[in-house]
Amino acid sequence: MDRTDGGFRPGELSGAAEALRIEGLHKSFGLHEVLRGVDLAVAPHEVICLIGASGSGKSTLLRCVNLLERIDAGTIWLDGQRITGRGVDENLVRRHIGIVFQAFNLFPHMTVERNVTLAPMKVLGLSRAEAVSQAAELLERFGLGEKRADYPDRLSGGQQQRVAIVRALAMRPRLMLLDEVTSALDPELVADVLDVIRELAGGGMTMLIATHEMGFARDIASRVCFLADGQIVEQAPPAQLFSQPSDERTRRFLRRIVDAGRM
Amino acid sequence: MEAQGVPDLSARRSRLLGDGDRRGLILSTTSTVVVLAALLAIFLLAPGSAAVRHTFFNPADMWRSFVGDPKAGYYSVGEALWLNIRMFVAAEILILIAALVVAVVRQSAGPVLLPLRVVATVYVDVARGVPLILVIFAIGFGVPALQLHGVSTQSAAVYGVAALVFSYSAYVSEVYRAGLNSVHRSQVAAARSLGLSGWASMRYVILPQAIRTIIPPLLNDFISLQKDTALVGLLGAIEANKAAEIYSDTVFNYSSYTVAAILFLLLTIPLARFTDHLIGRDRARRLAGTGQ
Repeated sequence: MDRTDGGFRPGELSGAAEALRIEGLHKSFGLHEVLRGVDLAVAPHEVICLIGASGSGKSTLLRCVNLLERIDAGTIWLDGQRITGRGVDENLVRRHIGIVFQAFNLFPHMTVERNVTLAPMKVLGLSRAEAVSQAAELLERFGLGEKRADYPDRLSGGQQQRVAIVRALAMRPRLMLLDEVTSALDPELVADVLDVIRELAGGGMTMLIATHEMGFARDIASRVCFLADGQIVEQAPPAQLFSQPSDERTRRFLRRIVDAGRM
Repeated sequence: MEAQGVPDLSARRSRLLGDGDRRGLILSTTSTVVVLAALLAIFLLAPGSAAVRHTFFNPADMWRSFVGDPKAGYYSVGEALWLNIRMFVAAEILILIAALVVAVVRQSAGPVLLPLRVVATVYVDVARGVPLILVIFAIGFGVPALQLHGVSTQSAAVYGVAALVFSYSAYVSEVYRAGLNSVHRSQVAAARSLGLSGWASMRYVILPQAIRTIIPPLLNDFISLQKDTALVGLLGAIEANKAAEIYSDTVFNYSSYTVAAILFLLLTIPLARFTDHLIGRDRARRLAGTGQ
């Protein structure tokens, strides 16, 4: 194991074989224990899809990795460096991990361009010119070049979600967390967003994706993890997990999905 | 999502007049004239009308009280209003700052700040629960009686401003809090997830969105603050209302109060109109769905 334990120092790339490692992660809200000992290791460039019923803890797991939730027990490492516990600068960690939310969460009082340039300027210290040219490049790449000066509520849901992805990418994250990013979209807008994610995967971005889109998971994931009762009960390459699930709970979940006509 | 189109700007006017068509316009004009004429008739035909007009609306007395005459023993109500304006401006600035501190403390999280949160909560309850006039008496007569060096020798206007700040900061802190709470928590999550610090999130993401919600109720409180500066006259400060009182005590004519009332209206009406303008503009923007 080439993990260090001295807190997060982003300057020192440890060349770890693991992009992300989670051990014994517990998280409760009040009396309700949502995560009960999650263990997961993610190699660089891997795309992990988290599936499971609503309330199985997928979103909470992503929010814990982004340090948006304080974990109760366990440890998380990013690129071999510990990002939970004592002596960790949360703001420093978060700039290396992008997260995209189900409800987009764009800043409604800012134009698309300002949404994308705010953090690079205020957090990374880029000049306005640098931030704007980087934003223009990213927006162009994802078909949003003409929306630069628009406010979010002028955009369709699909466009808003793509802007949210661009906003996260503008921080040049090492890891992207996608939290059911197509769940709030009209069906005809889902494909555009999924295409963007495919492109990211093709570019080698390490991703952790909570999703209800089983077809998409089968298509894009290097590994699929099934969450139930606050734990990862089964993980396997998609071909294996979807055709020969080994755990009874996985089988039941997949059967319900098939019965609902969603796969 | 399509833009909703330009909002119907005539909607506001038609609501004010009743209904937008020509017949409605004639009806509303007529009814307004009839009502006003009836009220005027009652006023003019009342048995004591002549006496009231002489006592409250005598042009000569109104003018004399407006310009004042120190040799005759009374002050200018117009000049005294300047003190109201100064007290209002000083109180407003201090309230904006004090209320923000109270609001932020009440919004704070973490066990370390619990004592501060308790103090802030108790303060807001007390300051909102005690009538302003009692606060003015307590500070205006209580603090001088303490005989504290430098603190107990201020003018009545200073104690008055202190009382106004004490009372109004509680209300305004609640306005701030409502504004901060109106910004959804997911906005904080989005800001923090990008690596922005708590302060930067507040500065660039939360406050700009909260301010739009805050301004109308804030201006509303300030309209009422402008009027309440008149209460400081109870401590002996020669503000407009006190000057009017002195005039009426000297000359035995109440027209000076009418002058003070008109002057206060001249102060508050522009602010009230401006507030309505902001509310209307915000509403139009939201209907238009431009988000800015």
